[in-house]
Amino acid sequence: MSASEAAGRPVDQVQTPAKRGRLFGPGRRLAAIVIFAALALLPLVANLIGDPFLVVTATRIMVFALAALSLDLLIGFGAMVSFGHAAFLGIGAYAVAILASHGVEDILVQTVVAVAAASLFAFVTGAISLKTKGVYFIMITLAFGQMAYFFMVSLSAYGGDDGITLDRRSTLLGSRLLSDDIALFYALLAVLVLAYLGLTRLIGSRFGRVIRGTRENPARMQAIGFEPFRFQLTAYVIAGAIAAVAGVFLANQAEFVSPAYMSWQRSGELIVMVVVGGMGTLIGPVAGAIAFLLLEDWLAAFSEHWKLGLGVLLILLVLFGRGGLAGLARRLTGGGRA
Amino acid sequence: MNTPLLSIQDLRKSFGALKVTDGVTLDVPAGELHAVIGPNGAGKTTLIHQLSGSLASDSGTIHFDGDEVSRLTMPERVRRGMARSFQITSILSGFTVLENAAMAVQARSGSSFRFFGRAGAERRLNDEAMAALDRVGLVDRAERRAGSLSHGEKRQLEMAIALATGPKLLLLDEPLAGTGHEESAALVALIAALKETHTIVLIEHDMEAVFQLADRVSVLVYGRVIATGTPEAVRNDPQVRAAYLGDETEAA
Amino acid sequence: MFNLFLLQALNGVQFGILLFLVAAGLTLIFGVMDLINLAHGVLYMVGAYFVAAFTAATGDFFVGLAIALPAALAFGILLEVLIFRHLYDRDHLDQVLATFGLILILNEAVKIIWGAAPMSVPVPDALSGSIPLIGFLRYPVFRVAIIAAGLFTAVGLWLLVNHTRIGMLLRAGASNAPMVSALGVDIRRLFMVIFGLGAMLAAFAGAMIAPILSVEPGMGDQILILTFVVIVIGGVGSVRGAFVAAILVGLVDTLGRTFGPILLGQIMDASAASQTGRTIAPMLIYILMAAVLFFRPTGLFPARGAAA
Repeated sequence: MSASEAAGRPVDQVQTPAKRGRLFGPGRRLAAIVIFAALALLPLVANLIGDPFLVVTATRIMVFALAALSLDLLIGFGAMVSFGHAAFLGIGAYAVAILASHGVEDILVQTVVAVAAASLFAFVTGAISLKTKGVYFIMITLAFGQMAYFFMVSLSAYGGDDGITLDRRSTLLGSRLLSDDIALFYALLAVLVLAYLGLTRLIGSRFGRVIRGTRENPARMQAIGFEPFRFQLTAYVIAGAIAAVAGVFLANQAEFVSPAYMSWQRSGELIVMVVVGGMGTLIGPVAGAIAFLLLEDWLAAFSEHWKLGLGVLLILLVLFGRGGLAGLARRLTGGGRA
Repeated sequence: MNTPLLSIQDLRKSFGALKVTDGVTLDVPAGELHAVIGPNGAGKTTLIHQLSGSLASDSGTIHFDGDEVSRLTMPERVRRGMARSFQITSILSGFTVLENAAMAVQARSGSSFRFFGRAGAERRLNDEAMAALDRVGLVDRAERRAGSLSHGEKRQLEMAIALATGPKLLLLDEPLAGTGHEESAALVALIAALKETHTIVLIEHDMEAVFQLADRVSVLVYGRVIATGTPEAVRNDPQVRAAYLGDETEAA
Repeated sequence: MFNLFLLQALNGVQFGILLFLVAAGLTLIFGVMDLINLAHGVLYMVGAYFVAAFTAATGDFFVGLAIALPAALAFGILLEVLIFRHLYDRDHLDQVLATFGLILILNEAVKIIWGAAPMSVPVPDALSGSIPLIGFLRYPVFRVAIIAAGLFTAVGLWLLVNHTRIGMLLRAGASNAPMVSALGVDIRRLFMVIFGLGAMLAAFAGAMIAPILSVEPGMGDQILILTFVVIVIGGVGSVRGAFVAAILVGLVDTLGRTFGPILLGQIMDASAASQTGRTIAPMLIYILMAAVLFFRPTGLFPARGAAA
């Protein structure tokens, strides 16, 4: 925090443009219930219409929903535009692949290692990145993400650029339960719901209140006795750890791991999911991930140059639309402030 | 009460060749309301920044409550009991009035590394926050969004937040800035009431308010204290009159 | 060993020069406009494609280059008018999203226009062959030409920034943008000039490297992130910082990849050294960045924040 900013600038007027209404109002809770209930019923629907691939697609979507959810803690609640979040996804996935190649196949052990590795990486890179702000923070998180990417590319012992194929999915306490697509689906759904509920609690907690206050006015938070850095770094570690759990499921879903999971485009896509869904809402990024991946599938079926359409949509969204899907829903239903 | 609550020794700060704080030495005993006045550009706000810790001093020392605090960060100084208000309103606009004050209580009541309990439901935090709001007269606004308050109410909230940190010393940076006549009168009454319980360093342009409130006044010109004394003594000091009237010959 | 070092050092400088050309414009865009532009790397790619297309059409690299540069300038200004102009007063997140979208569009657009397969540009006859260094050692003329062209541009930029009115505005803008507009300068035009200039420099880098690298979609993405590293090390808004940091990054990266495994070979067995070296080498510049940031959070030559 520079002195001149602490001094003169009315920070609370320039930051966060439109203020969201009350934290987690009934509308948002309803949206969460609808989305999670729909997901819970999905395997039944897939069974009825005889399309088992639907469950596979939905599992993949939930992986990114979990990662986007964790990124929302940083972007939406902490005003930390992290452009290296895919690195954590990759760390989680590689924890599974590397441990499995050494015979450690239990998903619980793998998850513990994934979370520990991601937390360490988040702690070190976050401590350096959070000393800076603004464009510096974005560029540095991007660079650290890229560092992780190149590390895996050059680590030829574990597949290098080509990636590494898993022999089979992780075990759960010795059982092969997760080899079943539907079991994996429900395990991930449980984790996703748990993460959603946990983060919802966290946002309303003492810790979450400090993070939200810092987003709005860091100078004020310091002037009442908080050191924003410690709280932001903790949030950075928590978000990284959750994304690593998403990575554990990504490896199991695809039964394949490659550095491409950590590419900076992936990080960009995660940001898009958060913003398109509506940042600072937790359920928004989940919806954003669903919308993004379905749109990707749909555009890809439509043309091989689907990324062109995606790019155009993004620019239009920034130039003409605000508040993402959540904002759009609010405007359509006529509720809430503009 | 031999040692003053706040003791500033030869404090200095330069921006390039410009000496903004040029050897300020000042003692503020506990219980005093000490006003710092001076023409525009005298370095008053810079002094507040140095005292609160948002700006590092080049040299000199600040002792607070017997300990040297010159090297401490702003949050550390706040925890020791130095609270400041901002010249330009700095509140959490998106939070309720109550939450603004409760946040300040939270900063000094136990760890904030608690991740699950609902902070908004913590009775102790809310009760103490309400007490602070009560002192500034904002209780009936407690559930309002802070950003929707009137300018005068925001200035009151600014003080409530400072109070909620549980300070021994209040550093008030132009609390009357931008307020209308009525709002200003209410704030002067509020500061007069705070004076009964807190030691205060007040920076203010409104001379009427300063002479009404202050026990002692220091006059800052070009980063130097040219006079310190009772309001009466300062008002009649020829150097001060010169500085304010801009009469260079007399000042020299 | 010394010969290898000399060759790799020259390669490092050449790589650094290239990074500088891309970074010079971008650091000003960050510094003066406070705009985070992820799409600067695609301008480098566009420059490479322009020179490939125009060289193929005219049969002469220099004519192709002479057309590609003004075309890139025009393209940069077009993007400024269509998109970037509307992003200056947005928050960083909006800028990230819009310029990310622009990358997707341009990467895809070159695929549609020129195909996904890499294109190659022949080294022009006048700059083919190699020149003697010392002893038997020779170095390709074209790489020398890149270094010379880059140094020439750097001197030109230095003159522009330090000895012209526009340069004065640039420096003032990088340290205090609101002040410049308060002085009554037409800030919109200044921004457009910076943007066009930055686009042309990036395109120039892409055009110069086209004959020795394959021209392909996505080639701008890798250089973009290296450019970020350069800007972070050099200090946002500082052209001088960008130059020093670019050469530093170019040397560290090139020498690290060659000599990392060799140096490690002194302390461990050859295959382990080669493996470890190849893993660590690509990370060196990021470690360098982290180290610089640790000691100087605003980079080596901060243009902004000196007073803060």
